[in-house]
Amino acid sequence: MMSSAESQAEIISLSEARDARSGARPRCAARTATGQRCRNYATEEGLCRVHNVQGAQDRVVAEAPPAAGSDAPPSDAPPSGSGVPSTGPDATSGPSDPSPASPGAKGAPDDPDTSTNEDQEPIGSAGSSTAEKDAEAPGPGGAATAADAAVGSAAADAVADLAQRAATRLAAEAQRRGWQPPVDAFGALGEVDAAALTDGLTRATGFLRRRLTGDYDIDAFGFDDDLTTNLLMPLVRPLHRYYWRVSSRGEHHLPAEGGALVVANHAGTLPADAIITRLDIFEHTGRHARELGADLVFRTPVIGELARKTGATLASGDDADRLLAAGEMVAVWPEGYKGLGKSWRDRYKLQRFGRGGFVSTALRAQAPIVPTAIVGSEEIWPLVYDLRIVAKALGLPYFPIVAQMFAVPVFGPLALLPLPSKWIIEYGEPIDTTPYGPDAADDPMVVFDLADQVRERIQDMLHRNLLGRRSIFL
Amino acid sequence: MTRRVLITGVAGQLAGRVARALEERDDVVEIVGIDVRDPQVDLHRTQFVRADVRNPLVGRILEVSRIDTVLHLSTSSTPGAAGGRARMKEINVIGAMQLLAACQQAPDLRRFVLKSSTAVYGSEHTDPASFREDAAARTPPKHGFGKDASEVEGYVRAFGRRRKDVDVTILRFANLLGPRVDGAFQSLFTLPVVPTILGFDPRLQFCHEEDAVAVLAEAATGGHPGIFNVAGEGVLYLSQCVRLAGRVPAPVPLPFAAGVASALRRARRADITSDQLRFLQYGRVVDTDRLRDVFGYTPRYSTREVFEDFLRRRRLRQVAPSEEVTRWEQELASFLRRKGQERFLAREEGR
Repeated sequence: MMSSAESQAEIISLSEARDARSGARPRCAARTATGQRCRNYATEEGLCRVHNVQGAQDRVVAEAPPAAGSDAPPSDAPPSGSGVPSTGPDATSGPSDPSPASPGAKGAPDDPDTSTNEDQEPIGSAGSSTAEKDAEAPGPGGAATAADAAVGSAAADAVADLAQRAATRLAAEAQRRGWQPPVDAFGALGEVDAAALTDGLTRATGFLRRRLTGDYDIDAFGFDDDLTTNLLMPLVRPLHRYYWRVSSRGEHHLPAEGGALVVANHAGTLPADAIITRLDIFEHTGRHARELGADLVFRTPVIGELARKTGATLASGDDADRLLAAGEMVAVWPEGYKGLGKSWRDRYKLQRFGRGGFVSTALRAQAPIVPTAIVGSEEIWPLVYDLRIVAKALGLPYFPIVAQMFAVPVFGPLALLPLPSKWIIEYGEPIDTTPYGPDAADDPMVVFDLADQVRERIQDMLHRNLLGRRSIFL
Repeated sequence: MTRRVLITGVAGQLAGRVARALEERDDVVEIVGIDVRDPQVDLHRTQFVRADVRNPLVGRILEVSRIDTVLHLSTSSTPGAAGGRARMKEINVIGAMQLLAACQQAPDLRRFVLKSSTAVYGSEHTDPASFREDAAARTPPKHGFGKDASEVEGYVRAFGRRRKDVDVTILRFANLLGPRVDGAFQSLFTLPVVPTILGFDPRLQFCHEEDAVAVLAEAATGGHPGIFNVAGEGVLYLSQCVRLAGRVPAPVPLPFAAGVASALRRARRADITSDQLRFLQYGRVVDTDRLRDVFGYTPRYSTREVFEDFLRRRRLRQVAPSEEVTRWEQELASFLRRKGQERFLAREEGR
């Protein structure tokens, strides 16, 4: 088996690890030009038919590829490669092409022999397969004549250069798209740093101890920083990162300190956008945005307490004034229930912003208003119909029939999960309230004017992002 | 300048200690204490008069002793101790009315201090996060001690309007917790489990009895007219209090809460009235900026310190004391560390 040093740098496939563990048929120990393990089954001597025929004992990697690559001097083509004979281009190909395979003395590509190798290449390396074809040319029997070596090396230069360019392109594409190489989950666990693991566990047990002994601090509004940052936010993070794949724009518009009022559009039947926006603001600025919620939230048994513990408070003028005066960032969704209960037809059309109370609050505190547009929140629970009679009977602001409910007979209650739309949150340029002065909070003209301005900005940003997005889910 | 003070409800712990505090001061030349029961605190130069506050004798005392400061401390918040809800209402409201009627005629009266409670703010889900003193008028409580207290305050304010030469100070105390003072809230922690309301976690604030005594003494001798909230700094959740006490919470669903409360009352285990249930649902936090800035007193004990002091002094047995939990945590952490290292080494060997 491989040494531990090599195993740390190596990425082995799940199938290989499985085979190794279960003692199933061994696989070929050779490597292809891009450094991937050859996944053919091995016949004898640990090599598959292809590599065996090619006399690839020389190419079997006993040492780690990078080590081998660095060992070999540039223009050295040892006749009998014990390890890795590599020519100049190979040595310069760097980490993206740690190919120990020598182009060999015979530069001519040996198609019949190498054609099978193409199947073994990973899907993305189509570009390098031609290079690999050439690179796998038999050569290293080593008994090549000098002339052959010269020709071979020239061709090998070109081929390896091609291989390198292709591999670099592939790596760049992988980086851009965030592809991960196949990782053996079970092997990776063993390789995780013991210190990191125990650090995580120590933090978790510390949190548990603080919870059990009541050793945490609450602010006057009931905000529990310890609980929010260490338990609730990590629970929501997978939704933010993988399910709704939120991408943010304009996060530099969020002020790093001082009071600020974030105003956003509200949608989605249930206020998931409030939770996700809160997490987004925290991820970008490290600040806890204090949300203003409707009183229905605080009347509900468990949700009310959770909301309070994450820093939300009642949407009354008093609390908002006090928070802004203390220099906190406050997030408000002026559309309110009208926004949440919007039907699918009216999606992304901003509803009325009420009396503009949020503007008065910002003016009184002289805090900047950051208009924020959230795209993607309309599609999580598309509201098809609102049963107003039932809503009135239950005392709710709306009683939604969402599109997923029609799938419940087929998929059961799982169908009621929110749809995984792609979210884009754009933070607009902050509107400065200092030119108006704090007394303008009582001037209805100024208040309405500013409220309209904010509404227009948000609608504008919504349209821009809607036009720019590829589709609802991608 | 000399002061002559009348203290009602002097039999209680708090009022007795206020009397003692005033006895220490040189400018207080005469202290008269009134109550129906004997004082629990040893009083030295306070003259104790056994009389009900509704007795017209009070008017005579005010006149004869030339009382210029009245401290009304006899409002009771525990119906069990008072002898029932109706009797508590009588003591609180009727007693206050009678006292004020007597004070109306007192020629030398210059200062009136009322010990009120933050219960006048009530507890609702629509409440602001913390109450300022001017917020009491919004939704006055309709039942229980909160209603009594707000009625009494109303009478006192009306009295202040009628007698403009009298400085009226109203002090709204948060839950008083202390080694000796027995408030309504404390009975919760004498039970083996702490009853809470399922799904709700109220925010609580406490005031230490020493701070209460100091504020009352200061109000009696200094000139601070107006309304002031008195509470320690900081806020605790009820769940946090339960954990600090090392006790187990017993969440009761809201529809059954009233039934459980009345059962506890009948069993004389805890004194929880229906208005206090609202308090256990939503809690209440008050703003003490005015106390600090205008009155000029900064409470020495924060809410957490008050509660911990209460736990320590009452020696409440803890089910899972914090030292043990810390020890468990350390053992668990070292166990995990060992296991993690063993596993890592095993993988290394296996290669």
